[in-house]
Amino acid sequence: MRLELEKRAEHSRTMAVLSPLLALLLTLVSGAIMFALLGQDPVRALYTFFIEPLTASWSLQELVVKAAPLILIAVGLAVCYLSNTWNIGAEGQFTFGAIAGSLLPIMVPGFETPLTLPLMLLMGIAGGMLWGAIPAFLKIRFGANEILTSLMLVYVAQLFLDWLVRGPWRDPEGFNFPESRLFSDAAILQPLADGRMHVGALFALLAVIAMSVILMKTLKGFEVRVLGQAPRAGQFAGFSRNKMVLFAFLLSGGLAGLAGISEVSGSINQLTPVISPGYGFTAIIVAFLGRLNPIGIFIAGFLLALSYLGGEAAQVSLGLSDKTTRVFQGMLLFYVLACDTLILYRIRLTRTFAPSGKEA
Amino acid sequence: MQDHETNPPPGAETRRSGEVLLEARGITKQFGDVRANDDVSLVLRAGEIHALLGENGAGKSTLVKILYGALEPNAGTLHWRGAPVRISSPAEARALGIGMVFQHFSLFEALTVAENIALALPGGTPLRDLAKRIRSVSQDYGLALDPDAIVADLPVGIRQRIEIVRCLLQEPKLIIMDEPTSVLTPQEADQLFLTLERLTAEGCAILYISHRLEEVKRICHHATIMRHGKVVMECDPAQETAGSLARLMVGSAVHDLKRGAQVAESAPRLELRGLSAPPDGPFSVALQDIDLSVKGGEVVAIAGIAGNGQGELFDLLSGERRAQDSGAIVIDGTASGHLGITHRRRQGCGFVPEERLGHGAVPGLRLSENIVLTRHGTGDGLVRGGMLDMGLARRMEQRIKSNFDVRMSHDDPEARALSGGNLQKFVIGRELDRTPGVLVVNQPTWGVDAGAAALIRQELIDLSRQGSAVLVISQDLDEIFEVADRIAVISRGHLSPAEPAVQLTRERIGLLMGGLEEGQGKAHHAA
Repeated sequence: MRLELEKRAEHSRTMAVLSPLLALLLTLVSGAIMFALLGQDPVRALYTFFIEPLTASWSLQELVVKAAPLILIAVGLAVCYLSNTWNIGAEGQFTFGAIAGSLLPIMVPGFETPLTLPLMLLMGIAGGMLWGAIPAFLKIRFGANEILTSLMLVYVAQLFLDWLVRGPWRDPEGFNFPESRLFSDAAILQPLADGRMHVGALFALLAVIAMSVILMKTLKGFEVRVLGQAPRAGQFAGFSRNKMVLFAFLLSGGLAGLAGISEVSGSINQLTPVISPGYGFTAIIVAFLGRLNPIGIFIAGFLLALSYLGGEAAQVSLGLSDKTTRVFQGMLLFYVLACDTLILYRIRLTRTFAPSGKEA
Repeated sequence: MQDHETNPPPGAETRRSGEVLLEARGITKQFGDVRANDDVSLVLRAGEIHALLGENGAGKSTLVKILYGALEPNAGTLHWRGAPVRISSPAEARALGIGMVFQHFSLFEALTVAENIALALPGGTPLRDLAKRIRSVSQDYGLALDPDAIVADLPVGIRQRIEIVRCLLQEPKLIIMDEPTSVLTPQEADQLFLTLERLTAEGCAILYISHRLEEVKRICHHATIMRHGKVVMECDPAQETAGSLARLMVGSAVHDLKRGAQVAESAPRLELRGLSAPPDGPFSVALQDIDLSVKGGEVVAIAGIAGNGQGELFDLLSGERRAQDSGAIVIDGTASGHLGITHRRRQGCGFVPEERLGHGAVPGLRLSENIVLTRHGTGDGLVRGGMLDMGLARRMEQRIKSNFDVRMSHDDPEARALSGGNLQKFVIGRELDRTPGVLVVNQPTWGVDAGAAALIRQELIDLSRQGSAVLVISQDLDEIFEVADRIAVISRGHLSPAEPAVQLTRERIGLLMGGLEEGQGKAHHAA
């Protein structure tokens, strides 16, 4: 007896839907085992982690606040990954977008007009695009591996932000804390309800709708899929690989930059040394868990946002390390990628052939 | 699994009487829903060249992989010199004395001949002793080889010698050869046949896979013919005609092509004027000063052994790679060397590359989406304002499917689900559907079964008779003589002048393939 992976003739639609659910289930089971080993009651721990955050209005709003940047970044990354371009540096583009968008409220705090906010958002998008254009240029011009360059630029952007808020952009009235000045009201994204939820959530929704249309209905979306799956066929179709690399990086960088400035303007209201709990990296998991499909990403964004809240809850009520969140996110990505094998392959149990007998 | 029958298939009694080396009984192998081998039995005798015939997908490769230990059968047994054996890896096959020469070479191009051979042998032999053995064995069998030559520098025919010598050094009793002549010139093939005769005279058995029926008739003592995974017939190929063998393989008569009269000469629609291009990679071929003119109403074929610049030429013709000089490629009177592929399609050109999956079609996309691949820019209305009209693409898919007899298990499948022949009909049908003024096809029927090949060739001729210029690049001389009005030969990036097909003999093409008229006396392996 042995297990064999057998290639399917075509990809299985059923498994494409089931694979993320299966991965989620395996993650929960592994999580329960982990909690048990840590001496916790697995049922109570999983409840605290995944259900409790959904029981109060403030935490549901918090869920939206955390899901919005994840979704915004992930739909951009989906275009990258579908076109076989590996942007791992969304966290850096997020950071640089936040910095670029904060230029106005920090350098020109007196500029308070209805134009302030739109300009900030545009500058945030431009900042993210600029940061994304660097690895794209390096890949096109020198063939540099974009995984490495985009990842390394994350640390450059983070250290640049750190230097800014400790140095030139430190709030003169901030008692020497490493923080910028607070944004004026004209520079703040308005809340949608009476809590922390703000207009940034609508950007995520719009991005999901727009990307669905682009990927499914337009020639550009077709180009993305062709170049991602068969670069040689893309060339045969007359599509340019280099232009696609640039397009994917500009799009994902711009969306990450928009997420960055929205987070700063809507939630933090100033620049601080750390403005993200790793949204740019978590969005990679969101993109894959959502099958690189905008609608799927919308759902996956909420799930990963929940893992952030659950991690906080587990810290408070169970006294577990906040690393639990990272462990859950890591397990989820691992299982998603593993389960994806089943989309193109099926598992078969085969009986081993006995050399002497004719019948197997 | 059903019970195994021992009744010999018709024709099994007409045999030479050598010692039975390897016998396969009732071999069955299932892949998913497909039974690749269904109760296959085969007897290989010492001193015999045994042909294994069948169309693509008939199950030859599966059977051979089982004999060589690369696959495990679901049922059936193997017997070596009468004793049951289990061959569970190629190493075990080699230990028994079974050697194999593969169709696609497994050589490291950057290493020397001796180093390549050393990699396949059990360790421990000093390279210098090995080089000596290579020299003596290769000389012995008339397969002259320089052990110190770097493989990348050697022509394909010599590379095959390496594979054969590597096999001979293991002193096999049975050699399996998979389409050994597909990459050889007629002259090189003759040399190989002498070696095979010598081997059988020494008592070696050879299992010879080929679909070149003339050559099977000439050298093989016995033939086993497979169809749809089963053995349908055993025979003495010398007693058969190529036509009768083809019928047995296909299961029905293969229709002769209707050539039709060539239409009146028209102006050249595709012209190459001194087209040159440097190699674009370490193992790519430079094209040198290529001149060619294809008129409307004719089929011109470019013959040549694989790897002599066909792929590079195709990329330049299609515009996937731009020519340095825009006047080097002229389409319907317009200098087009600098134009990209979409632009050339708008000029009325159609292109069919050699590689179907991954170049001509995206494996994971549906057929309707694969129509958009080459026709998004050709004014068929598939794209309006950047938006795709997939409904139209599906209607076109239906049309191409019925016009070109593309068979599929369900509607609009992913390209990877089609068999090679059906996908090729689709990829060619997709271009013919627009009646292109210029059609360039690289290896139109490579790996395609005889029925589909005949249909494709007929379509190419018919297109030209409607006034289009058709350029066919092919390795298959039979195909070239079937379709071409004029023939040119490509050899190491040089193209011979196109000559009328009726004036050319196979021998002359063979010499041209070997580089006879490249000039500069580079024709060292043509002799």
